[in-house]
Amino acid sequence: MLQVTDLAKYYDGQPVFSGFDLHLPAGRFQVLLGPSGCGKTTLFNTLTGVTPKDAGDIVWQGETMSHLGNLCAYMHQKDLLLPWFSLMDNALLPARTRGLDMAAARERTTQLFFRLGLAGFESHRPHQVSGGMRQRCALVRTLMFDRDLTLLDEPLSALDAITRQRLQHLLLLLQTEFSKTILMITHDVDEALLLADDIFLLSPLPMAVTRCFSLALPKPRAFDDPLLLHTKAEILGHLEKGGVS
Amino acid sequence: MNRSTLSAAALICLLLGGWEGAVRIWKIPIFILPPPSRILETAVISAPVILPHAAVTGAEICLGILLAMATAVPLAIAMFAKPVLEKALSPFLVASQAIPVFALAPLLVIWLGYGIASKVFMAWIIIFFPITVSLLQGLKSCDPEYRTLFTLMGSPFFKTLGLLYWPWALPQFFAGLRVGVSVATIGAVIGEWVGAQQGLGFLMIQSNARLQTPLVFAAILWLTAMGLILWTLVGMLEKKIITWKS
Repeated sequence: MLQVTDLAKYYDGQPVFSGFDLHLPAGRFQVLLGPSGCGKTTLFNTLTGVTPKDAGDIVWQGETMSHLGNLCAYMHQKDLLLPWFSLMDNALLPARTRGLDMAAARERTTQLFFRLGLAGFESHRPHQVSGGMRQRCALVRTLMFDRDLTLLDEPLSALDAITRQRLQHLLLLLQTEFSKTILMITHDVDEALLLADDIFLLSPLPMAVTRCFSLALPKPRAFDDPLLLHTKAEILGHLEKGGVS
Repeated sequence: MNRSTLSAAALICLLLGGWEGAVRIWKIPIFILPPPSRILETAVISAPVILPHAAVTGAEICLGILLAMATAVPLAIAMFAKPVLEKALSPFLVASQAIPVFALAPLLVIWLGYGIASKVFMAWIIIFFPITVSLLQGLKSCDPEYRTLFTLMGSPFFKTLGLLYWPWALPQFFAGLRVGVSVATIGAVIGEWVGAQQGLGFLMIQSNARLQTPLVFAAILWLTAMGLILWTLVGMLEKKIITWKS
């Protein structure tokens, strides 16, 4: 379980966010939904310690941390695959950088490639496969971090609509099959509705949570589920008013 | 053959033809300006004379390149790893390039002798700088998002270096190596001019004094060929190593 209280980050004296709270129970899929440039990525960078926080507490499973850098897996909207490695070697990077048993890691990666529809492409280079496959490989790499907490930074926003829809189902596997605790940021309302247990609407700078929606719908969800559509209308209505509470 | 190589070849033919024609029409003495045909003839016929000298110069250049790589690569990596080091060393690096290499050559001969060492050192001074600077730039150009990924994977510096930074910097490293290789001949020849008993530069000075102008040109031709071969070799090596850029 992740508990963030009073987190703050300033740039040139201006708050990107301050007094930011977050409560993420184990196994839950939470989505931060907000416009581009509202500070979502800064929040992730602060949580992971890429940039130091200016104030606040981060507590992970009862322990206070300065950041979550060594505790979370991370997936970015860019696939961030290394062009000089095969898909397999890319997926093996987390194991390699930590000096884990490579034979075991290779076996597990092979299984994951099979599960995510990449079997047969292990020795392909990233530029030889489609954007959707590259992002699937990035998802395998994210799983190979082998960490409970997973941060997803608009993981599908660089993909076309059709590919994105296919990959949304695979993202869901993170929670349903691999029991990860997930915090995702996105600006895609439909994506949030399909995947999230809780959706937090964010205001523009300084970033703050303006509303929270919890969806107690089983997954995978249908786009035309009445409750989902109802929530969508509420979210869109809220955003239209300027997203201010 | 594509258009650009074709037009380059045409331009070379035109220049050489004009040169040949001018020498013949105005009957320019051979010891002042030999025609290209005579130069080529000398380069081939005098090959037994030239070859041992070319071998010495070639060895000087190759050793200079190897020495430059062996020093430039660790230095660039150290400067990349410790920005303090970069700040401290870059003025010296720039200053080292402001020194005219010609001015150093006589001193190097005094310090290192008439043998191969002073020439290798000379080549090293010239090649070292472009490799260090390009490699450092290449290392620094790494995308911060990739760095973040490696940080979050808990990757120690030297693992990140091998898996991410080094391959990322390779294209720039090769760009620097190309520049280095193409100027390496200058260093070696200047060294030989100042004081040597063998080498193409030595041959040029000797032939020049005896007004054997075709042999001077033949030596230049050999030198140019060696530079081009090195350039091509580096290009081939780059293509072989960097397979991910299409």
